[in-house]
Amino acid sequence: MANLFAKIKADAANYRFKDFSVKDWIQFGLMALVIGAGPLWLLLQPGNSIAFVLFLGSLLCVQKIKLPLWIRGLILVLDLAVVMPLVGLTSGTFARVATMIGIYAILAMGLNIVVGYTGLLNLGYAAFYAVGAYLYAIFASTQANNFMPFGIYPLSGNWFWLFLLLALIVTGFVGFLLGLPVLRLKGDYLAVVTLGFAEIIRLLFNNLSQPINITNGPMGITPIQPPMFFNIKLDQPVHYYVIVLVLLVLTVVVVKNLQNSRIGRAWVAIREDELVARTMGVPVVRMKLLSFSIAAGLAGMMGVVFAAMQSYVDPTSFTFMESIVILCMVILGGTGSIQGVIIGALAVIVLQLQILKDGSNYLTALATAGVLNLPSWLNPAKYERLIFGLILVLMCIFRPNGMIPEKRVLKMKEKLGLNQNAQVESKADAVSKEGI
Amino acid sequence: MNQLQLLVKIIPQLLSDGLALGFVYAIVALGYTMVYGILEFINFAHSELFMFGAFVGTEVLLFMQSTGLLPNMSPTIAMMIAIVVATVMSGGLGVAVDRIAYKPVRNAPKLVPFISAIGVSFILQDLVRMFEEAKNGKFYLNAPTLFTNRIAIMPNMVVPEKTLYIVGLCIIIMIALTIFVSKNKWGKAMRAVAQDRETARLMGINVDKVISLTFLIGAGMGGAAGTLFSIQYGSISPYSGFILGMKAFTAAVFGGIGKIPGAMLGGVLLGLIEVFGASFLGALTGGVFGSEYKDVLGFAILILILIFKPSGLLGKPVGEKV
Repeated sequence: MANLFAKIKADAANYRFKDFSVKDWIQFGLMALVIGAGPLWLLLQPGNSIAFVLFLGSLLCVQKIKLPLWIRGLILVLDLAVVMPLVGLTSGTFARVATMIGIYAILAMGLNIVVGYTGLLNLGYAAFYAVGAYLYAIFASTQANNFMPFGIYPLSGNWFWLFLLLALIVTGFVGFLLGLPVLRLKGDYLAVVTLGFAEIIRLLFNNLSQPINITNGPMGITPIQPPMFFNIKLDQPVHYYVIVLVLLVLTVVVVKNLQNSRIGRAWVAIREDELVARTMGVPVVRMKLLSFSIAAGLAGMMGVVFAAMQSYVDPTSFTFMESIVILCMVILGGTGSIQGVIIGALAVIVLQLQILKDGSNYLTALATAGVLNLPSWLNPAKYERLIFGLILVLMCIFRPNGMIPEKRVLKMKEKLGLNQNAQVESKADAVSKEGI
Repeated sequence: MNQLQLLVKIIPQLLSDGLALGFVYAIVALGYTMVYGILEFINFAHSELFMFGAFVGTEVLLFMQSTGLLPNMSPTIAMMIAIVVATVMSGGLGVAVDRIAYKPVRNAPKLVPFISAIGVSFILQDLVRMFEEAKNGKFYLNAPTLFTNRIAIMPNMVVPEKTLYIVGLCIIIMIALTIFVSKNKWGKAMRAVAQDRETARLMGINVDKVISLTFLIGAGMGGAAGTLFSIQYGSISPYSGFILGMKAFTAAVFGGIGKIPGAMLGGVLLGLIEVFGASFLGALTGGVFGSEYKDVLGFAILILILIFKPSGLLGKPVGEKV
């Protein structure tokens, strides 16, 4: 704890207003305006979607503004733990969007363990999400009566909490089983095998309605019991928001600690050079399996939350597109950086659920009002794939390290002298100092 | 057992279906394998070049139908025109995709070009969809029927004329490609670049041109295969490239990726396995797993091959370079 305080103190000393240039002041002022106005506007008008987007924008600004860490942390806590639940009480839609952001942020952090730290491309991540979702859906609906020899289903919502843990373990184990034969493969091959595996899982869920009806096939499973907390039914959007927020904080703490532990360093070593890592005594196979299983477990856990929140699951929620959307968040935010992937999740979900949807609603409204008659093929909601495709390609070309790159990568680039000018200058300095 | 006897009766029919599908897989697989041989990179957007070719070919046929040309000309010539246009357009698109999306990231870490390819694949899907919806109001296309005859090869085996055309054309394309790669100067340059890019450059080979040529040929063949596919199966949607592409890639890996004969062999075998699997799966498992599991079968084969023989049927295991 004392360590943390020292860190905060040292950090606070880095920010002095008197050192600010004019540009810094303008930047600071604009960000402060957004940070102040976003939450306030949203509190005053909890149904306004522009205010909501501004509020989410203010969360981004909090990351970037030049203020000491403790102030930024305090604002973030206020925004997430006070403002958002208050808004969620009146506006269920926004609470749902915020919940989705949380769910995907955890998923993205999980995938980030595999893709970002360990450097293995997993294109079938949605399969693990599906396993978790179906696990809860089957037992928390009447579906399990079809094949379970004992017990009466649906199980009550009190079991939800146990299922969170159960899904973590079961899905982690599924990841372990898949990883066992597959992790000998390299790069692209691994990507294709995980993709194939995900398709197999989806097709199985789609077809296992006969001879024994386990998954109810393409019709999906509904209704699913909402969670209960000491016999209080938690079925409001704001309840799920709180559940996801708690899980998000827990995941961040766990992943952050993992990242800086022996395990995390071993993962990065494998990513940078597997052969060297093995030579230095890193148990490569065990570490890869661990990273695969932890990521899978996190996805399974979020699957349970997703199933409970939707009260409905069907195979179309877990297609290849879903895996790509999560990958998109990781790459967009910055592979390997926790802050980055959370922001990536936020950006993608806001794009998907707010901007594209609002845009298409707006255009429909214009068309019905007779102002502007756009043909239906131009409806922005139809071009999700196009937009994600553009994001992927542009990010690959211009910022392969993402919006907020991993710190380790930046440091390494500095050390290797990839910033050529800096190196030349420092050499020139050294030469002039030696006075040759 | 009655059902099995019935199935035995339709074996010749299955054989011809399997071959037609297998040859389409083989031609698409060639595109994957050629690019992989040179750049060691899975061109994930190749399936979209196939789909694009299918749309171009079908649109050409529909255009000829709407102008009244189609009924008055020999269907073979109409098919050839469609294939040539689709080949040229797809090949050009392939080169353009390489220039825009792959060339800037050629020296980046290995995952980056692959992710870029996934992005290109999504962009192409939606662009084709956008174009078709704007033009026709729906995003899938139905190809006009060209061939209606059925020809009896053996007393027990009546094959649609179009299947024969497809198998024949695919064999011609493969022979032409084999001759090109082994005899022509550019073909030699291609093999040299595949073997060692840096040395090839030192020997005075224009590597960038060779890469463009590879994309041109690979994507062109994908476009031709797309047209053949839509003639054979009658309908095409912007999303039908994905599954077919995955299977063609499976075929390429099956035969040994980077090997041209391997892609041909793998494609034909996979087509046969899939068609036979789809019909026999139900009978063999007593109705537990029906033909809806044929894609599961395809992916399961891919996973098993990659795990047990990652170098494929014709490939040799390669040691890790240090």
